[in-house]
Amino acid sequence: MHEAALCQCLVDIIRDQQRQRGFRQVRTVYVEVGVLGHVEPQALAFAFEVAALDSPAAGATLRIEEIAGRAWCTDCAEHVTVERRGDPCPVCGGFGMIVEQGEELRLKELEVV
Amino acid sequence: MCGVCGCGEGEARIEQGGNQPFAGPGTPARESQQQALRDDPGERSHLVRVEQDLFARNDALAAHNREHFRAHRVLALNLVSSPGSGKTTLLVNTLQALLPTTSAAVIEGDQETTTDADRIRQTGAPAVQVNTGRGCHLDAQMVDSAFHKLQLTDGMLFIENVGNLVCPAGFDLGEAHKVVITSVTEGEDKPLKYPNMFAASSLLLVSKVDLLPYLDFDVDVLIANARRVNPSIAVIQISAKDNTGMDSWLQWLNAARSMASASA
Repeated sequence: MHEAALCQCLVDIIRDQQRQRGFRQVRTVYVEVGVLGHVEPQALAFAFEVAALDSPAAGATLRIEEIAGRAWCTDCAEHVTVERRGDPCPVCGGFGMIVEQGEELRLKELEVV
Repeated sequence: MCGVCGCGEGEARIEQGGNQPFAGPGTPARESQQQALRDDPGERSHLVRVEQDLFARNDALAAHNREHFRAHRVLALNLVSSPGSGKTTLLVNTLQALLPTTSAAVIEGDQETTTDADRIRQTGAPAVQVNTGRGCHLDAQMVDSAFHKLQLTDGMLFIENVGNLVCPAGFDLGEAHKVVITSVTEGEDKPLKYPNMFAASSLLLVSKVDLLPYLDFDVDVLIANARRVNPSIAVIQISAKDNTGMDSWLQWLNAARSMASASA
C-alpha cells in the first residue's frame, strides 16, 4: 500500500501549488496513471481521501485517467500496445519488449476556486 | 493511516537515531480543520496546470544518494524479495566471504525489530536497522539518513528492503542495481504475479536451490517467466546452505563494482 505514501506526495504538491498560485480550495484533482506502473487506481482513490483530510483538497474528487501501455518489441521491431507486463508481443508473440509508455504517475491539473 | 492495510508514512525509526519519529517525505504538517473551507458551489472554478510526477521528490533524493555513493566509491545494491526468501542468511554468507578483502555495510529495512541488523553485525559488518513502522517500503530519505550513520568508503552497501514484492518496486533508493531474490519454495509464477519488481531488477537470485530435489519446482519455468517481464535480467541459482552459486554471485558483485567505479 505504497499508494498512501504517494498520496501524501500528491497532497504536498497541492499545498505547494496553493502557496504559489493562491487558490482557496481544490474541487477536482486530475491524475494520470499508467497501466504498467506501480499504482492500483482504486487503492490510490481510497488513500487520497484519507491523505487529503485537513488539506486544500479535502473532499475533492480524484479523476484518474489511465494511460495505455506501449512498448517497442525488439524481436519484431514494432511499436505495440501492451495490457500487462509479461504479455507476449501482439504482433510476433515474442517477449523482448521495452516499455515506452504506461508507467506514468502524474498530477496533471487541478480544478480550483 | 491507510484503512486498507494500515500502511502509513511518517513513522519510520532509524536505529541509533534515538528512535524518534522519522520525518520522511510526505509527512504532512498537520494543519487545522479550518483549512478545509466550505466550498461555495456557485463560485466559478478554473483549472491550473501542474504536470508533476508523484515520484519526483523520492527520485530527487535518490539522485542525491547516488551522488553520495559515487563520491564515496560505494556500490549500492537494493535487495528485494518476499518475506522468507532467505535474504538475510544469504547476506550473512556474502559478508563472510567479502569482508576479508572488501569493506561492506548493510542497511536493514523491516517493519519492526532489530533482529536482522543484529545478525548482520555478528559478521563484523556495520549495519543500521530502519524500522518503517506501518510503512511497507524503504524510501530514498530513509536510506540517506541511514547511510550517514555508516562510515563506508570504497566498498559495498547492501540495502535489504522490506520483504514485499509490490511497494518497494517504484521507490528508487539511489542504488546501482535492484537484486530480486526468489526462493524455490515459492511459485514459479512469482515474476508474472509481481512483474514490476522483476522488471526493475538487474539480477534474479534463485535461492535455496539445495532444496530442489525435494520440491516440484521447475527453475527453468521461473527463469522463463522472469525473462518475459525483463528480457535482460541476469540469473544466478544460489544456496546459502551448500554454497552453490556463491562464486558466481561474488563475481557478479565484483563486476558490478568495477562497472560502477568505471562510470564514476
